[in-house]
Amino acid sequence: MKILVSVKRVPDPYAKISPNAAGTDIHRDGLQMAVNPFDEIALEEAIRLKEAGKATEVVAVSIGGAECQEQLRTALAMGADRAILVQTDAPLDALSVAKILAAVYRREQPQLMLMGKQAIDMDENQVGQMLAAILDLPQATFASKITLEDGSAVVERETDNGIETLRIPLPAIITADLRLNEPRYVALTGIVRARSKPLETITPAELGVQPHARVRLTHVEAPPARKAGKRVSDVHELVRLLREEARVI
Amino acid sequence: MKILVLAETDGGRVSEKTLPAIAFAQQKSPDNFTVLAIGDSLQGVESLTGYGAQTVLTVNHPALAKPLAERYAPVVAHYARQLGADAIVATTTTFSRDLLARVAGLLDAPMLSDITALETTNGKLAAKRPIYSANLIGTFEVEGNPVVMTVRGPSWGKPEPKGTQSPVQAAEAPANIPTRSEWISLQGGGGGRPDLTQARVVVSGGRPLKDPETFEKYIGGLADALGGAVGATRAAVDAGIAPNELQVGQTGKTVAPELYIAVAVSGSVQHLAGMKDSKVIVAINIDPEAPIFQVADYGLVADLYQVVPELIELLKNSKG
Ligand SMILES: Cc1cc2nc3c(=O)[nH]c(=O)nc-3n(C[C@H](O)[C@H](O)[C@H](O)COP(=O)(O)OP(=O)(O)OC[C@H]3O[C@@H](n4cnc5c(N)ncnc54)[C@H](O)[C@@H]3O)c2cc1C
Ligand SMILES: Cc1cc2nc3c(=O)[nH]c(=O)nc-3n(C[C@H](O)[C@H](O)[C@H](O)COP(=O)(O)OP(=O)(O)OC[C@H]3O[C@@H](n4cnc5c(N)ncnc54)[C@H](O)[C@@H]3O)c2cc1C
Repeated sequence: MKILVSVKRVPDPYAKISPNAAGTDIHRDGLQMAVNPFDEIALEEAIRLKEAGKATEVVAVSIGGAECQEQLRTALAMGADRAILVQTDAPLDALSVAKILAAVYRREQPQLMLMGKQAIDMDENQVGQMLAAILDLPQATFASKITLEDGSAVVERETDNGIETLRIPLPAIITADLRLNEPRYVALTGIVRARSKPLETITPAELGVQPHARVRLTHVEAPPARKAGKRVSDVHELVRLLREEARVI
Repeated sequence: MKILVLAETDGGRVSEKTLPAIAFAQQKSPDNFTVLAIGDSLQGVESLTGYGAQTVLTVNHPALAKPLAERYAPVVAHYARQLGADAIVATTTTFSRDLLARVAGLLDAPMLSDITALETTNGKLAAKRPIYSANLIGTFEVEGNPVVMTVRGPSWGKPEPKGTQSPVQAAEAPANIPTRSEWISLQGGGGGRPDLTQARVVVSGGRPLKDPETFEKYIGGLADALGGAVGATRAAVDAGIAPNELQVGQTGKTVAPELYIAVAVSGSVQHLAGMKDSKVIVAINIDPEAPIFQVADYGLVADLYQVVPELIELLKNSKG
């Protein structure tokens, strides 16, 4: 069984983010970049399935500029067998990302596509579901546990109402939530060793896709800051202020 | 603009989480919106009829008894097309995120997630939404029709009741609903406390609460003394101290209650993303340097094990 995993290059989740002077994007100079944490989890799951003998090949795919090779090298170092960079500097939105991934999916014909439930930069939480619609495949989003049983996957999903369990036949799209697993640590030597693994670069045009973004980010600004309030000395003062000043209890 | 509001259901019952999406429709298109509710033998449809919708459409079918995106998406897409909707809208929840992005894929429609504002400038729709873990607010311009949107509950609030009743109309499920995905079970929820996203008061606890019993005793106990809901940090959920549906933050729920009490919560950006729009924030933390104090209206530097029982006692003894 072949598993395809998408990997997005995003700012490190602990990096400090601020708007650029023109307010058109974030400050990118010297910004630490990383694999989207949810994609790292998806990748870890795919590699574990391979290690357990349930999958034979793990292919990582990223869409973006040449610099995304860095994240694909990390994916290879974690244990992916090969990587594909769909190289483009064109503006993209979630639907155009999904269309490019659909073209890669059709070319690769995996039995399972694993990906993050959301990218931590734009936080859209759309691409997996759109991809499932475009490919007319079953979907299980926000997965916290995946069990493969002949020809299908039993997936536990984190919903607002608790843990929901679904069974979906394969091939299917599954998006990972935070508690699916804890990704392994990749040593630098692993990254060096991964240099010999294949990393192919193709363009959207070669895949027969012409991306056109209909949703575009035009402005970024800092939200209104909350100012720090007072320190209280004990619970009596706290309760008095909540009653008399804030009037919320 | 003609808006199709998708009601949140669990397949059997309509949820009040639908209300912010109706409030959005009232503001953006007061005379031209329809509500669609999907399920099987749906209960609670009358809770949607008092807000000025042209029609409340209900689609009942045995194959729709559970809220599976693969089954619901073609139903939503079908009625969006039939009505000629310009916008398909639901309140941001895991239900709508799972379902509406699939609908956007079926309709080849652009989508905006979790929006907090929407304007039309130079004939173009422009929405605001938090990005980068709510560190920034982004403005997104969108072209094309229809547009699919999820709207951030706390930003749109409750709709205004109207004097008239919207007619309820039973509609057919389209033929050939795909039935590949199978619903097996749902575990959790309830507990008799108010819903986290609706509550007036939320008390949240962090990793130092040790285990589920301690969490329940201190965080649950304080929430009950205030008639509030319980929330948690990711660290507390990861440690198995609190169930996943209580997680507040970038990757959990967004809440904006009148009063948010953070107990032993450090105040990471990811946690703040889900609660910093609360009206009043109280922080109880043993570390005077904890980042949570930078957003707290009232900060108490103290050991939770000492002050939370005192607080519960005081609230119980001085009600009213
Ligand atoms: C080259 C490039 C140019 C862009 N230009 C613009 C622009 O001009 N204006 C603008 O508003 N936005 C732009 N973006 C951002 C883009 O709009 C968002 O990435 C897209 O809308 C998807 O949103 P999301 O990442 O929040 O998706 P989500 O739906 O939150 O992501 C879910 C999952 O989809 C997969 N995924 C998403 N994006 C990629 C990717 N690039 N490669 C591999 N997997 C992916 C990941 O597995 C991720 O976990 C650009 C991105 C790229 C790569
Ligand atoms: C991609 C990603 C997504 C994330 N999403 C979320 C999310 O949605 N929600 C979320 O919450 N986090 C999220 N996180 C995790 C986040 O970064 C923090 O790790 C987490 O919020 C910390 O939880 P905490 O405050 O419980 O724990 P800690 O950081 O360990 O803080 C515990 C606090 O309790 C205080 N304390 C200790 N003992 C006592 C005592 N006896 N009395 C009083 N105070 C005490 C300490 O001083 C400290 O400030 C995410 C992280 C990533 C990378």
